[in-house]
Amino acid sequence: MPERELTVGVGAGGLATADMVLNIGPQHPATHGVLRLRITLDGERIKAAEPIVGYMHRGAEKLFEVRDYRQILVLANRHDWLSAFSSEIGAALIVERMLGMDVPERATWVRTLLAELNRVLNHLMFLGSYPLELGAITPIFYAFREREELQAVMEEVAGGRMHYMFGRIGGLRDDLPMGWTGRVREAIDAVRRRLPDLENMLVGNEILQARTRGVGILDPKTIAAYGVSGPIARASGVDVDLRRDQPYLAYDELFAPGGPGRVVTREAGDCLARLEVLLEQVHVSLELAQACLERIESLGPGPVNVKLPKVLKVPEGADYLATENPLGFNGYYLVSRGDKTPWRLKLRSASFNNVQVLSTLLPGTLLADMVAILGSMFFVVGDVDK
Amino acid sequence: MTTDLPMPRVGAGQAAAPKPMRLVLNWGRRYSLWVFNFGLACCAIEFIAASMARHDFIRLGVIPFAPGPRQADLMVVSGTVTDKMAPAVRRLYDQMPEPKYVISFGACSNSGGPYWDSYCVTKGVDQLIPVDVYVPGCPPRPEALLQGILVLQQQIAQEKLQTKSLRGRLGPYAGRRASAAEVSRPLVAPPEQTT
Repeated sequence: MPERELTVGVGAGGLATADMVLNIGPQHPATHGVLRLRITLDGERIKAAEPIVGYMHRGAEKLFEVRDYRQILVLANRHDWLSAFSSEIGAALIVERMLGMDVPERATWVRTLLAELNRVLNHLMFLGSYPLELGAITPIFYAFREREELQAVMEEVAGGRMHYMFGRIGGLRDDLPMGWTGRVREAIDAVRRRLPDLENMLVGNEILQARTRGVGILDPKTIAAYGVSGPIARASGVDVDLRRDQPYLAYDELFAPGGPGRVVTREAGDCLARLEVLLEQVHVSLELAQACLERIESLGPGPVNVKLPKVLKVPEGADYLATENPLGFNGYYLVSRGDKTPWRLKLRSASFNNVQVLSTLLPGTLLADMVAILGSMFFVVGDVDK
Repeated sequence: MTTDLPMPRVGAGQAAAPKPMRLVLNWGRRYSLWVFNFGLACCAIEFIAASMARHDFIRLGVIPFAPGPRQADLMVVSGTVTDKMAPAVRRLYDQMPEPKYVISFGACSNSGGPYWDSYCVTKGVDQLIPVDVYVPGCPPRPEALLQGILVLQQQIAQEKLQTKSLRGRLGPYAGRRASAAEVSRPLVAPPEQTT
């Protein structure tokens, strides 16, 4: 963005300004969580920005080391509370891979279905909260209506509205309830039918476009330097999606040529592009979920988990597995020494990298655009601080 | 700047108010709880869900538009309180005018929850501020928050609000004068025992 400055004054010319340090957070409505930003201002132009993280640090990585492999799923659920199911599946997958365990096909497809529904839930939250930060109150009511619809079917299968804990090492906790697939189909249809309402309010809104177009442009070089991933990277034309590039679960089939899966990208790299990627990913995810449903129905009944030994020990070694979480790469680096607890389980979370980029993205922009840029980074503070 | 900012009080007339008057005052207060959402973690999402159309706690008189703690009656601590965040929780509680109420929403702010053995999580927000109602769950359903609000409203209805009884309920927390310097201090000292 070219720097434009207009100074109007009577007498001695421009206003003399001095640097001002402004603290945003840790408890601030625009940070949806407890992120703190220390911003140095010259007039209303941001000179430097420093994200100060750690207010939500709960020590999950250390706690993984004192939980056995069945229990770590509980904590893996919670660091990114908007992508709970995707995170717990990542933890289950890495343990299964190190154990050399085969997961029943039906379980894999149900996992894929739930992960995609979780992605929709996550994106709907941001599609509601981002306009709220920009001053539009209405979209969040629409977003939460759809969320409640999908949460109802998730709750029916898992018992939880946010933290599902439905995945287990080797499969799933239970089989699907009777008639559940039909109700999921109805919920997906209802959401798809009403999604244009929300869409028109967002990208069809002139005010929102004015606030976001050309604001906070992120270039692919910075993205590579900071390890930014997920919808934010794809909005700048970085065509990376682990579901297609490093398939796990049932994604190799869904993202095969002719399949319903496609990677959504934009070239602009501004706040509007990031929002558009999110919106379109909701459509893609709903299509993927529908494809999973058809597959589950054609597969027919079958086992959804494998019987585990009483004491689950992972053989010695180390392995890394990353999944495409709704917000970006979510990686688990598991080091085992043959105990029933991990020796080390390093967590690579998406939001941590996505927030760090603010320190180069914000300088040069105006303070009034700060909230628009901050909100468009789509982060979860628990995912930043772990 | 060390100007003394006296905490707003319930007023001298309140102590002498006859019972019917008190009933009316409590009735008014319990249905206009301006809430300050201390959203920290997962539970904050369920708090937002409770304020949305399906659950809608505004119909119970809980108003989520308090511009800040200085104009709020109720603080809902939803989420994990970490040791790094604890001073901020206490500071914002100190800024709220009396009478003030706290709902601890979710297992983390009740007791530490799934992070009960973490090295950096405060084991319950009641170590920092007095809590009126605990809502269990991880995270609790929005209906659970509605129930918690109803319980709090019952408590308010039965309250005999006098500075003396406030002191009894809140112990060393009540009747303390917070200064402007105190709310911008770096660390929080434990409250003095005044019994």
